[in-house]
Amino acid sequence: MDAALLLLADSRLPAGGHAHSGGIEEAVRAGAVTGPGDLARFLRGRLATAGLVAAALAAAACELGSTCDIGSARELGSAVIDAPAPSANARRRPADLASESTAPEPAGGPPEPIVLWRRLDAEADARTSSPAQREAARTQGRLLVRTARRIWPSPVLETLARAVPEGAHHPIALGAAAAAAGCDPGQAALAAAYASVTGPATAAVRLLGLDPVAVHRLLADLAPSLDETARAARTATRTAARPERGAADADSRWTPCPDGEGTADPDLAGPEVAGDAWWAALPAAAAPALDLLAENHLKAATRLFVS
Amino acid sequence: MGAHHNDRHDAPDGHGRALRLGVGGPVGSGKTALVAALCRGLGRSMRLGVVTNDIYTTEDADFLRRAGVLDPERILAVQTGCCPHTAIRDDIAANLDAVETLEERFGPLDLVIVESGGDNLTATFSRGLADAQIFVLDVSGGDKVPRKGGPGVTTADLLVVNKTDLAPLVGADLAVMARDAEAVREGRPVLFTSIREDGGAPGVADWVSGVVHSWRHRHGHIHDHADGPVEIPMPLDLA
Repeated sequence: MDAALLLLADSRLPAGGHAHSGGIEEAVRAGAVTGPGDLARFLRGRLATAGLVAAALAAAACELGSTCDIGSARELGSAVIDAPAPSANARRRPADLASESTAPEPAGGPPEPIVLWRRLDAEADARTSSPAQREAARTQGRLLVRTARRIWPSPVLETLARAVPEGAHHPIALGAAAAAAGCDPGQAALAAAYASVTGPATAAVRLLGLDPVAVHRLLADLAPSLDETARAARTATRTAARPERGAADADSRWTPCPDGEGTADPDLAGPEVAGDAWWAALPAAAAPALDLLAENHLKAATRLFVS
Repeated sequence: MGAHHNDRHDAPDGHGRALRLGVGGPVGSGKTALVAALCRGLGRSMRLGVVTNDIYTTEDADFLRRAGVLDPERILAVQTGCCPHTAIRDDIAANLDAVETLEERFGPLDLVIVESGGDNLTATFSRGLADAQIFVLDVSGGDKVPRKGGPGVTTADLLVVNKTDLAPLVGADLAVMARDAEAVREGRPVLFTSIREDGGAPGVADWVSGVVHSWRHRHGHIHDHADGPVEIPMPLDLA
């Protein structure tokens, strides 16, 4: 679904991305980015860290959405479809895997797809040490799910909206939207890698008055790295989803998404043995400078961008 | 833009939710003062929420909170990444999120006002965000502005020309502005105000009341499936 990928990655997708600078606004304020040379280095670093992590999470989310969720979500029936839209209100409560969703959940705990989405979202949380970045990622994710639900209606997105009503991290939302749009995990990874640099690049054009053609040239120079990052992310999710048999005891008896076969042994499948141990092996490249920029940005007296 | 446009109102189903009113216009024309005046004028009879789209700060939101016209928690600020028009027209996700957040926290509400960041004469609200919209000009921009038109001036459901008290000082002819506005707006209403001098905007508040009443009538009942455009009352007050 190449055309769907273009629509999903297009900066004109009305999902609120235009108001996020990915740390560039604060980097400009701090004097760390003043022109195309600085910007190129900033983007390269961002792609290698936040970009890679986002790509891997998006691929994992797309895989989860593509292979595991649709049938189960349909079984959840109207409870899922009638779930309220994700909203900022939910941010008032801490993300807690065990907490109740805003919709009543069946006795015996939340259904498995809900648990899986929460666990994957928790992996994103664990890779986002700055509270400001968590907030920004959840805001963007919430807006993307809001938008994607209307563009690509799908039980996948309804399930995610119910699982994480305060807003899943943006890469998780992007992967779920990619699944809903018919994209594959590799494409979801590429879209996430692409978004990790195009947003800040566009923001830099606006903030510094840079030549937009020169900045697009920088992005074109990064294109091979984008492809490579997406490939690496996809490889990481394959590795994470396919542990060696017997390597992880109980966890290895259950395979989250093995080649579209769906959840495995029904006797063993269940939230208590879900595949989060394997998602833990996804890339976790840290970028302390981006964390600091995000935190300082929130404290600034004047801000054009949300993040 | 309602009653005078034939194109369908394609906003999501409005049953049971508040009317969403967009207030747009150039920088400094008095949008925030108008919003404050509306809160003062309507706050007792209606349940209100306000979303501001400040360009660079939270100045407008802070002003409204300080003005004490509304519970500060009912005022949310949205950042627009250097592109105020994008946030009200091309990518309305953040504003919709804010509007629905207010409705969920404080609902049911009767009216949620979305104030745009100051922008140019082409800025209009998407119908996916605003059910009705007001465009605010002021006389100090010159009396030619209505003639120049632009989507904001020509298609807003209500055009407000503010700061009429300054007209003699800047050489603006209100009669010319009224005549030109009437010509480009094909009969849609225009109100002249001096919010500072009058200490409010009762004419605008009355107009908004009418729009909200009409909205409630059309969308207030769960079994009412009428889904047409908002009926906008049409006072043509050129006082």
